[in-house]
Amino acid sequence: MSIAAETKQQVADIGDKYKYGFVTDIEMERAPKGLSEDTVRYISAKKSEPAWMLEWRLGAFKRWGAMREPTWARVHYPKIDYQAAYYYAAPKNTPLKQSLDEVDPKLLETYKKLGIPLHEQMALAGVAVDAVFDSVSVATTFKDKLNEAGVIFCPISEAIRDYPELVKKYLGSVVPVTDNFFATLNAAVFSDGTFVYVPKGVRCPMELSTYFRINASETGQFERTLIIADEGSYVSYLEGCTAPKRDENQLHAAVVELVALDNAEIKYSTVQNWYPGDENGLGGIFNFVTKRGDCRGRKSKISWTQVETGSAITWKYPSCILRGDDSVGEFYSIAIANHFQQADTGTKMIHIGANTKSRIISKGISAGKAQNTYRGLVSVYGKAKNARNYTQCDSLLIGGDCGAHTVPYIESRNPTARIEHEATTSKIAEDQLFYCLARGIPQDEAVSLIVNGFCKEVLQQLPMEFAVEAQKLVGISLEGSVG
Amino acid sequence: MLEIKNLHVSVGDKPILKGLTLSIQPGQVHAIMGPNGSGKSTLSYVLAGRAGYDITEGSITYNGEDLTALAPEERAAKGVFLAMQYPVEIPGVTTMTFLKTALNSQRRARGESDLDAIGVLKLVRAKAKTLNVSEEMLKRALNVGFSGGEKKRLEILQMAIFEPKLAILDETDSGLDIDALRLVAEGVNTLRDPARAMLVITHYQRLLDYIVPDRIHVLARGRIVAEGGKELALELEARGYEHILKDVA
Ligand SMILES: Nc1ncnc2c1ncn2[C@@H]1O[C@H](COP(=O)(O)OP(=O)(O)OP(=O)(O)O)[C@@H](O)[C@H]1O
Ligand SMILES: [Mg+2]
Repeated sequence: MSIAAETKQQVADIGDKYKYGFVTDIEMERAPKGLSEDTVRYISAKKSEPAWMLEWRLGAFKRWGAMREPTWARVHYPKIDYQAAYYYAAPKNTPLKQSLDEVDPKLLETYKKLGIPLHEQMALAGVAVDAVFDSVSVATTFKDKLNEAGVIFCPISEAIRDYPELVKKYLGSVVPVTDNFFATLNAAVFSDGTFVYVPKGVRCPMELSTYFRINASETGQFERTLIIADEGSYVSYLEGCTAPKRDENQLHAAVVELVALDNAEIKYSTVQNWYPGDENGLGGIFNFVTKRGDCRGRKSKISWTQVETGSAITWKYPSCILRGDDSVGEFYSIAIANHFQQADTGTKMIHIGANTKSRIISKGISAGKAQNTYRGLVSVYGKAKNARNYTQCDSLLIGGDCGAHTVPYIESRNPTARIEHEATTSKIAEDQLFYCLARGIPQDEAVSLIVNGFCKEVLQQLPMEFAVEAQKLVGISLEGSVG
Repeated sequence: MLEIKNLHVSVGDKPILKGLTLSIQPGQVHAIMGPNGSGKSTLSYVLAGRAGYDITEGSITYNGEDLTALAPEERAAKGVFLAMQYPVEIPGVTTMTFLKTALNSQRRARGESDLDAIGVLKLVRAKAKTLNVSEEMLKRALNVGFSGGEKKRLEILQMAIFEPKLAILDETDSGLDIDALRLVAEGVNTLRDPARAMLVITHYQRLLDYIVPDRIHVLARGRIVAEGGKELALELEARGYEHILKDVA
């Protein structure tokens, strides 16, 4: 099978509605319930971390104790009991494996259900997969090819042991430990995640991708990702998510830090399809993520593309700090909220250097009783002469019970800056739907077609294999939303 | 093939069709003429199954089947095609993608297998060529920024691709220049077939020079008020609707 055919097959297998509602029955090893200094020590010990890392975590934990959960977002949810959750869960007996043959067949089975044939991916797609199962990385592939190029792509727990100087230098340098309530919590208890370092002048020879998956009941997920593109390098990173069906709400608070040095470029793409809760608003993932990229060098570029279809609550603002002169930040987003989902998402573009440019394209789709908010900040510092921003923010409403909100904040302290903001709100028109129906296209497919058209500019930013999947997801997540 | 009996249709509380009766045999082409606002487009929408058009009385039978019991997409799959008076724009969806999706939806509903991308491309290109629809148009978003004439030509292209059994053309000739008119008429004439019926709604006798109808119906105030052969169109062109309406009044 060709790669494209393979992808299509996988997408076809996604089938109706939310098929990922299953739980793999693997003996779990858990931290004691609740959150205390002991929990932090337990996690650090489990990871065989050096002392400096434990200190870092404990420092974060202390600060977190004095912080309050933010309430400014347009999302409502029952109070989270942080003492009722488990903060660490690992499949038992899984020291790092060298090959897939060593991986627990049950894990591989899970990947299959998810439509991620790891073998095929390795052989066909040429994608290195650092597969995170719950909190422990169990399979890392294509290491050799990356090694040759000098690219480091490994679980962050491994990087902490093997590349402490790099980690010490960059960890927390983009999202400081005390940045916000959820980021601080993550700093204290992060379980694992991905580390990427692309050396000077290297163009990463393949797209890097990681599949995250929440598996254990009541287990908070605290992924930590750190990507560094050294001078003149390029890397494209894909993140895709699915989670099993659960009635209890599950907390997810990830932190992603990107650093681009002089002339470097990072492209970060996400398809997020976590369990959104049922039609009545029961269950679903709470997704509180801090993603930030630092264009630290001159002429560096960071581009975020996200397709957010899942989670009961999404609180997420992938941002760019445009520190280097002539640096470029981009944010392309599709956020779909159906049924009782609540999404409050957007970006921050902080123009610090001269001639910095940013571009924001946001497509929000609301259906059912969902609430969808775009919240974005464009800030131009005094020294950012000739800074440019273009923002386009389009909302599409399906039905009369949902809401779309646009909250743009614009601050400019330099008179030479040029900031453009365009916003539209529209409904799927009855005549568009009828036109499709009259040509034989069934309702759900018509909605999918029209919405995909609405999102086109963003979908085009995704790497090929994600684009096909994302298009399908757009349709699936809106099934039954009309009539 | 199509049997409309005593059809009454309301939009909201407003009665628009008030006892329309019409029957078309396979192989025939019928024309409907009538003043603005008489209910021609309403009839076409009802045949295609648009929501919001309530049938309060009467019946529509298509190939012996109650047409009103079918959803619009089912009607399309069974060969009912409506070339719309005002084709709709769908931003971001290329014309080619739309055609492929529609064609395969119809095929699937009929239990046929999908035509793959290359098959669709070949089919569409071949038909597009005869109708002077450019490759560039197929790559653009559906009807977005198309001129009035281009939109109409695209409707006829779809008819050529879907090969319907019952084609309803609602003022497809309006807004066409002479050359385009001839092209569209040719498109229609190519599809003329003993197994196919067509209902052509028009304001202009001119079109009927190219597409010679078997029968012409005059629709006014929600009913058929006059019927005749080709010569009726000439008479209407010369004398207008007034005297016919007076005659029936
Ligand atoms: N959705 C609607 N709501 C209210 N009135 C409507 C609606 N649709 C149609 N009508 C009315 O029904 C009548 C018939 O309209 P229709 O579009 O069928 O006329 P037509 O014969 O196609 O006219 P034209 O020659 O101008 O295309 C008109 O008076 C029109 O205003
Ligand atoms: Mg009309």
